[in-house]
Amino acid sequence: MLKIAALFSPLVLPAISLAAGESEPMTPEDVQANLNVVWTILAAFLVFFMQAGFALLETGMTRAKNAVNILMKNVMDFSVGSVAYFLLGFGLMFGVSNGFFGTTLFGLSGVTGNDWEFTFLLFQTVFAATAATIVSGAMAERTQFKSYLIYSVFVTAFIYPIFGAWAWGGLLEGGGWLENLSTGPFTDFAGSTVVHSIGGWIALAGAIVLGPRIGKYRRDGSPNAIPGHNIPLAALGVFILWFGWFGFNAGSTTIGDGSIGRLAVTTNLAAAMGAISATATAWIFFGKPDLTMSLNGALGGLVSITAGCFTVTPAGALWIGFIGGVLVVLSVWTLDRIFKIDDPVGAVSVHAVAGVWGTLACGLFNAEAVLNIGTSNTGLFYGGGVNQLISQFIGVGAAFVWAFGLGMLLFLALKHTVGLRVSEEEEILGLDIGEHGMESYAGFQIFTAE
Amino acid sequence: MKLIIAIIQPEELPSIKEALVQNKIYKFTVSNALGQGMEIPINEVYRGIAHDIKLLKKVRLEIAVTDEFVDVAVDAISEVARGAGDVGRGKIFILPIEECIRIRTGERGEAAIG
Repeated sequence: MLKIAALFSPLVLPAISLAAGESEPMTPEDVQANLNVVWTILAAFLVFFMQAGFALLETGMTRAKNAVNILMKNVMDFSVGSVAYFLLGFGLMFGVSNGFFGTTLFGLSGVTGNDWEFTFLLFQTVFAATAATIVSGAMAERTQFKSYLIYSVFVTAFIYPIFGAWAWGGLLEGGGWLENLSTGPFTDFAGSTVVHSIGGWIALAGAIVLGPRIGKYRRDGSPNAIPGHNIPLAALGVFILWFGWFGFNAGSTTIGDGSIGRLAVTTNLAAAMGAISATATAWIFFGKPDLTMSLNGALGGLVSITAGCFTVTPAGALWIGFIGGVLVVLSVWTLDRIFKIDDPVGAVSVHAVAGVWGTLACGLFNAEAVLNIGTSNTGLFYGGGVNQLISQFIGVGAAFVWAFGLGMLLFLALKHTVGLRVSEEEEILGLDIGEHGMESYAGFQIFTAE
Repeated sequence: MKLIIAIIQPEELPSIKEALVQNKIYKFTVSNALGQGMEIPINEVYRGIAHDIKLLKKVRLEIAVTDEFVDVAVDAISEVARGAGDVGRGKIFILPIEECIRIRTGERGEAAIG
């Protein structure tokens, strides 16, 4: 979502209202405006499907006794998030800004007819819900359902949109300080930082405040494996996420033109390289190619390319995805062994760590001149100096302070009020029975092999 | 009347079933079981963490027979299950049966078994 989109959307509005007039012939601009709507809303539907991907991935990589709970969290964070973002989040993110956040457009007030805001709201809602749902995996198998619902409101109504206003507000009526840095605007085309790192840092805060699952660590502190109960579901989930990501990245142009193909290519190359490099890393370090690591690696590649998918070359995308995949595996290992933070699905490694890398990589690989799409916004490797990299560091740092800081505050507050973690007894029995009074696989006896 | 309980490797089940049927033993019960014997645990690695699976998957076979079929059944099972003769080939237990009742007819004893 670059300045093109920002320039374009005001132009769209009169064009559409003209087109609605009785006998006015359609101009080429009208056709283009309609095409933009069609492409953007279709991309929104693709990104919506990523919710299914997250749900399957998280369910497959956790135990059968908690499957209802994790699916419930995925259904409800999208539902709660859609409403919260419509009422509050969208306005805070894209309304006319007071310098810190937006102050108009709450509940789409003043928006009528075929206004662009309807399309844009849906597109942004599915992004907000992506940030929200990242957290459920890291907090899986031990979080109280009611606390998770409260968290979902806060993240989509407040934490996500405020940071979004700083980086993306100018895409509509707002404008944020990260768009006006003296070293050049912060580049995060589709949200390596704005969506994924924000979700990842909140996930890290949640996993820290909760503590590890019972049985995750032995008395001597060494980790136990707690294998996921359905690896085919996890793999299907990642394919769905990969599919949806074409909408996430290529849709973020909000323009139906040739850039869609270029963005799809950079997106796919980075995902493929992420899967390859994660497979190799796991194979070398752990002795066997581990499917769950390959899946995380593909996602790491996707998260990494999300910031730079518009501004880097296909060759740059290969490097960004390659390093993203390696980082994800090393980060999973480090969180598990060194920091002893229990993240059952690798959400922090995939979304926060790869998100940071992908965002910083824009400062190295941005190549608008080489791609013949602009003259500014050039990274270190293409002769642009360090300015862009400095902007990227500022954005990444701001995201960490804001999301991790507020995440810690939110979860500590929940812990000391309504409670954050289920009882030991309930955790052992499974959250399906404890929180929801039902089983995921009624009629099957769930065995544990040890 | 005896109850024969055999703990065997799951992959032997099809051949054992065939051997039993060839020896005119048509009725038995099969269940999945987990067990720990002399075998070496299986090493798995999940997300960089090695863990041993010590409880391995087995099949538990239960056959109620009249006394004359005890040796026939034991031979049929052992011949197949012995395989290459390595550890982990399983065990057979033989227990006396106090009574056997066919629910449909109410028959008792050896008539109910056959």
